[in-house]
Amino acid sequence: MTSDQFLSTRRGFLGLAGGAALLAANVGPARAEKIATKARIVILGAGAAGTALANRLVDRLDGAEITIVDGRAQHWYQPGFTLIAAGLKPSDYSVSRTADWLPRGVTLVAEYAAEIDPEANMLTTAGGTKLPYDYLVTAPGLSLDWDAVEGFDLAMVGQNGIGAVYAGPDYAAKTWAAMDRFTSDGGKGVFFRPATEMKCAGAPLKYTFLTDDYARRKGNRDKIEIEYWNPSGALFGVPIVAEKVRMLFGDRGIGTQMKMVLKRIDPDKKVLTFEDADGIEHETDYDFTNVIPPMRAPEVIRQSGLSWADKWTDQGWVEVDKYTLRHNRYPNVFAVGDVAGVPKGKTAASVKWQVPVVEDHLVAQIAGDTTDTAYNGYTSCPLITRVGRAMLIEFDYDNNLTPSFPGVIAPLEELWISWLMKEVALKATYNAMLRGKA
Amino acid sequence: MKELTFETLIAVWEEMFGRGLFWAMVVVAALITVAYLYVLIRDRSMSMRKFLLAQLSMPLGAIAAVLFVQKMTNSGFADIGGPVDVIVLLGVAAAGAVGIAILVYTAQALIKGPEAQDG
Repeated sequence: MTSDQFLSTRRGFLGLAGGAALLAANVGPARAEKIATKARIVILGAGAAGTALANRLVDRLDGAEITIVDGRAQHWYQPGFTLIAAGLKPSDYSVSRTADWLPRGVTLVAEYAAEIDPEANMLTTAGGTKLPYDYLVTAPGLSLDWDAVEGFDLAMVGQNGIGAVYAGPDYAAKTWAAMDRFTSDGGKGVFFRPATEMKCAGAPLKYTFLTDDYARRKGNRDKIEIEYWNPSGALFGVPIVAEKVRMLFGDRGIGTQMKMVLKRIDPDKKVLTFEDADGIEHETDYDFTNVIPPMRAPEVIRQSGLSWADKWTDQGWVEVDKYTLRHNRYPNVFAVGDVAGVPKGKTAASVKWQVPVVEDHLVAQIAGDTTDTAYNGYTSCPLITRVGRAMLIEFDYDNNLTPSFPGVIAPLEELWISWLMKEVALKATYNAMLRGKA
Repeated sequence: MKELTFETLIAVWEEMFGRGLFWAMVVVAALITVAYLYVLIRDRSMSMRKFLLAQLSMPLGAIAAVLFVQKMTNSGFADIGGPVDVIVLLGVAAAGAVGIAILVYTAQALIKGPEAQDG
């Protein structure tokens, strides 16, 4: 080959590569023009829903005054708690800073809300700052009502066989220490869920499966007994999934007690007391348990008059239309995420589907327009059945399964690929969602 | 998944590896591909001798890729639960095999230069 040929070939090749790069740079959907507005939008809560919505709104609105109110400096990636409590991730896996996810052009008021007056369109913070709004999006998440579990205190977590995966990343790590000891020493593990609505109804089941799996891996399954005490008559809200879980529990030798609601824990005697549908108390001893308390809307929501008056009266979820997530009585108020009073959808995956709906309705309303965008109740739960396998369960309001990859990833099969998604792709997708990109 | 666009995928990959590492890996992969195409164009033919070594390295690449993925995800062969899992496993192995073959071929070509005409 002569040097002449060589040069011409190389130049030609570089030209080709450059062209390809240009092509790649032009890929991507065209953005609609921004709506010019002076609207004052207050978002209560900078969790998954509030943050994702803020990031999307700044791309849609020009000149809007967006304020996001949240007193917590840490952002928690809650789907990671189960992995922390399974000893697979360190406790900082779920922790980042709230402020780091927020876009420019949004004002963060780092305080908790003290009062919402939907008649006066005013939110008041704990520090007394008054934030008048034209539109309010409530996304404060939910409250874990630990006091409702008699005899329990968060200080107990990690000792004497007491775990509390939901309480936070550090408590999840302490729960792992307790579960690790239990699956080595043996005894009786008692798992349960509260009777209220709850975030990720699959999580209590996952942790039961994971405890079973660790005992098997250690060769100690014959040294432990596992029971799941369930408040309703079905192990999961979606009947076809409930049946599958029932079969898996049978396969794994996990016993069940149905229609039992936890009342109290006696950590000294290591006894849990449940109440059945007739109000009769039943006791069981335990060597390990994962305490999950009743869940309710935060106090500020329950005091605001925004809650349902005739549904979930002990829980106080925001009264919104289940398809538009717009408040039934205050059309300039929306709810998104755990606090929304809709029959399903207290997971991060639901948030991913709810946020664009609220975004579209809010932007349309500001523009004097309407939209048909609707939330269908989509909820997803990668139900871990052991380390290395999960079932990718997705469903809607009507209890239909809504698989993202029909014919490829079977929702009711324990698969490695579903585990890979939970382990590798989920946090990345979540983070992309926070940035408004997914 | 609501909408799986190319832009979403890029965003997810950026989050998975970190923006810097992800684009660094893209650049490295692109450079190796470019170098591979470059030596093919330069040499005007595939060298069967170089290709032989590249082929011999393929099983190693396949096994390494599978073990890497399993290590990163706390899982193992026993977790294969259905046909789609086998396909994923084979896909990972194939990607590892092809990747290392291209790498080995290109490295030889760049280090040793074009072969003598008689091979």
